[in-house]
Amino acid sequence: MGATVRVAVSVNGEPREAEVEARTLLVHWLRDGLGLTGTHVGCDTSNCGACTVHLNGEAVKSCTVLAAQVDGAEVTTIEGLGTGDDLHPLQEAFWQEHGLQCGYCTPGMIMAAADLLERNPDPDEQQVRHALEGNLCRCTGYHNIVKAVLAAARASTEGRDASPPQPARPEAAEDVAKGVGA
Amino acid sequence: MSAVEERTNGNGYVGQAMRRREDPRFITGRGIYVDDIARPGTLHMAVVRSPEAHARVVSIDTSAALERADIVGVFTGEDLDIDGPLPMAWVPPGVEVNTPEHWPLARGKVGYVGQAVAVVVGTDKYSVVDAAEDVIVEYDPLPVVVDMEKALEDGAPLVHEEFGSNRSHEWTLAGGDVEQGFAEADVVIEQRIVNHRTAGAAIEPRGAIAEWHADRATLYSATQIPHILRLQLAVMLGIAEDRIRVIAPDVGGAFGTKLNVYGEEALVMWLARKLNRPVRWTETRSENMATTIHGRDQIDYVKLGAKRDGTLTAIHTRVLQDCGAYFQLLTPYIPCFTAFVMSGPYRIPNVKTDITGVFTNKFATDATRGAGRPEATHLIEVMMDQLAVELDMDRLELRRKNFIPKEDFPAEVPIGVIYDSGDYHGTLDKLLGHVDLDEFRREQAELREKGIHRGIGFSTYVEICGLAPSRAVGPSALGLQAAFYESAVVRVHPSGAVTVFSGASPHGQGLDTSLAQITADRIGAAPEQVEVVHGDTSSGPWGWGTYGSRSLSVGGEAVARAALKVQDKAKRICASMWEAAPEDIELSGDKFQVRGSPDKSMTLAEVAGAAYIPPEELSTDIEPGLEETSFYDPENFVWPFGAHACIVDVDVETGKVNVVRYVAVDDCGKAINPMLIDGQVHGGITHGLAQALFEQVVYDDEGQLVTGSFVDYALPTASDVPSYETDRQETPSPVNSLGVKGVGEAGTIASSPTVVNAVIDALRPFGVDYIDMPLTPMRVWQAIHEGGPARTEQGKDLGEHGQGAAGSGPAAPSEGGGA
Repeated sequence: MGATVRVAVSVNGEPREAEVEARTLLVHWLRDGLGLTGTHVGCDTSNCGACTVHLNGEAVKSCTVLAAQVDGAEVTTIEGLGTGDDLHPLQEAFWQEHGLQCGYCTPGMIMAAADLLERNPDPDEQQVRHALEGNLCRCTGYHNIVKAVLAAARASTEGRDASPPQPARPEAAEDVAKGVGA
Repeated sequence: MSAVEERTNGNGYVGQAMRRREDPRFITGRGIYVDDIARPGTLHMAVVRSPEAHARVVSIDTSAALERADIVGVFTGEDLDIDGPLPMAWVPPGVEVNTPEHWPLARGKVGYVGQAVAVVVGTDKYSVVDAAEDVIVEYDPLPVVVDMEKALEDGAPLVHEEFGSNRSHEWTLAGGDVEQGFAEADVVIEQRIVNHRTAGAAIEPRGAIAEWHADRATLYSATQIPHILRLQLAVMLGIAEDRIRVIAPDVGGAFGTKLNVYGEEALVMWLARKLNRPVRWTETRSENMATTIHGRDQIDYVKLGAKRDGTLTAIHTRVLQDCGAYFQLLTPYIPCFTAFVMSGPYRIPNVKTDITGVFTNKFATDATRGAGRPEATHLIEVMMDQLAVELDMDRLELRRKNFIPKEDFPAEVPIGVIYDSGDYHGTLDKLLGHVDLDEFRREQAELREKGIHRGIGFSTYVEICGLAPSRAVGPSALGLQAAFYESAVVRVHPSGAVTVFSGASPHGQGLDTSLAQITADRIGAAPEQVEVVHGDTSSGPWGWGTYGSRSLSVGGEAVARAALKVQDKAKRICASMWEAAPEDIELSGDKFQVRGSPDKSMTLAEVAGAAYIPPEELSTDIEPGLEETSFYDPENFVWPFGAHACIVDVDVETGKVNVVRYVAVDDCGKAINPMLIDGQVHGGITHGLAQALFEQVVYDDEGQLVTGSFVDYALPTASDVPSYETDRQETPSPVNSLGVKGVGEAGTIASSPTVVNAVIDALRPFGVDYIDMPLTPMRVWQAIHEGGPARTEQGKDLGEHGQGAAGSGPAAPSEGGGA
């Protein structure tokens, strides 16, 4: 191990401190050091966005940030966005609209989308697509991801959370069959 | 089969667009993928890989690496004392296949860039990467051959000298008499079609962790085939199969790339045993691009004949398959799938496919989403459009004229397979209900006046999936050294809770949800009561895994059958307790009752209670417990089909293609969960659309991988693709009681020709009738401005996205090429 640095960070609202090797990437510290494995590594070149977290409220790719750089900052990961009983509207919407398949890109996708909705609470389809250009998904073709972000925006701007979880939603078949662009 | 169908209970969970039970963990970051698993005392493995495409390994100096802190060991091919090389599972009767030995670590020679030469093991994940840099390997470079057509020329460098040729194998599949068919034709057209090399590019790279507890090993791997992997590792490593447990945890997409046995999986197993500590390896994206299987990479010389009235008489394709330097699990088998559906949904009496496998100094191709079938659909659908122009006939009319009519099903086609069910006119008619062609033509003409070049493309496809009837593809038939039934256990616990074990190994498709729906309807449970378990060789019976769009039509059917056995036993229990005949017991909603007498009934939980703690009135003839197993081997493949349309605008100044609309009507039989079907179609379309427009794996003339990361490989982003319009038709499959077919690959199989035909339609006024994929701006621009088909030399025209836009072939000798 090379030279180390002491970092003190607020992660998901909790103070965390550690001595890390100076070259440690934030994503590796979150995953290996803090056990927050919801943040994923997909590419090593900042293209895929699976490692997206919020740093002082803004989306960053944590594979391109050193842990040493975030000393004193606030970091939010997918684990801090919402939990099983209290989902963020985006989490709820991704579930409702089938915005994920294998789930690997999903945390990064949700964190990037949350950043968009923070800046632009009422985006149109093209704005959503543009905002998610830094996050790659191989499973969904983006169709239902875009639909989910638009649904979450609607739910949030209407001043309430998306509808609560339901075991079944037969009408979704029709919605999906019609397609967003129909 | 309809009798089976009637025995479901009527709660009707099948057919509902239920939200996925998988999702709560994924949306909250609680999924567990291989790299999320931590075992105490774990060592990290880094791989030293060849920078040479073809070379002798002269020496390997590991001393500097070993001197580094945190390093436990460095191992080379000489150290790796295992029983066998990586497996290749195709031994076709009567066909000679030259199969080179492919070892997890190179033995004296490397054949592709990225080939593993040594491994470094240590206690820190960063340190092992540093140390891998310090392993000094001396190479003696050999001549490199990259282009599969050049590899077949006399005097080409040999990838494997021992074979005396770069041909791996030749095989012909035929039906009817193509010579006769072409003699009867009034029109014969020919085209050389390059179906270029692509990457599967699952967002989760591969990864594996092995650990030993005394004489037992556990391997966690991002795999689609835990049971096959266990068996193959047992053979390679000389370990009894029962001593190995393979676990596929959450797998972050695969698309066929994790349907394989990779060297790194064997290496972590071997190292963990040798070092007596857990060993882990996580693939980097660069490693993934270089050494996780690629797909496609065929050159298809196609010849299609027809009568003047459009009646098809013959099709012949000479398929050159670029295998790469070594085979992976199924490499040389893949073009067989091309042969099986090359005639598409059409009645073509004479068909012939001549396959030649070719070795080059590249990594292996193998099964990625569609596996040989996208190539087939692409070639026939591109040719159908060309034929329509040649005959001056409407291209949809030409298709309709040759469709196998729905009353002809099940339909045996000349290649010797039987399409199970179909209504090809139905899906095309439904598609045209969404796309007003007359309106489109008016719009197209108006836009052309304004200099906007809009085109529409179609494809009508059929695919073969639901792998597979074991006797049709097994050792004595097609020659796969495997069988392809699927297993299921339905276990009702004493409380009435239910666990379903499936031998399939889904990795994002949502099968947990659909299998729960299928089970619930058959045993009077709610889906929420049903847990679905898969991907662990220590729980549930042997299974063949998830690929080839088989998990519902084979795996789901196995679950349905096991659930029906549970239903039967539940009825016997009720009958015994009520002194009634079992045939008089019915399942109605969530109650078992005497037919027509709802006053006396039991829920599943009550039946389970009686099954596990037998009351006095229950006959001792009935074994305790409520658990059943099914092994289901299908009698036929299943044959999904559909019709797709795409509308594009081509900017003739820049060559850029903009997809304006994409409409898909698919028929994958009965829908278990329509929401999941649409999700598969969206992703599938995107995969094929991206091959048509963006993606290509490019090697340069020296065998260096140009597209070695996501910076260079043009995976589409959300801005590159449109929203899709999807619709469905449901023609049940007669093969299984569920009536289902597969849908995981359908979108990919249908979409590349749909997009290409749309671009060609837009460019017909410029005299463009063919362009090799990917249709990058540069290639489209060249086609428009230089006239005729644009083909350029490999790796020489890196266009937009930093993306290679080259065909795999050399500069085209002439229009069409010879078949």
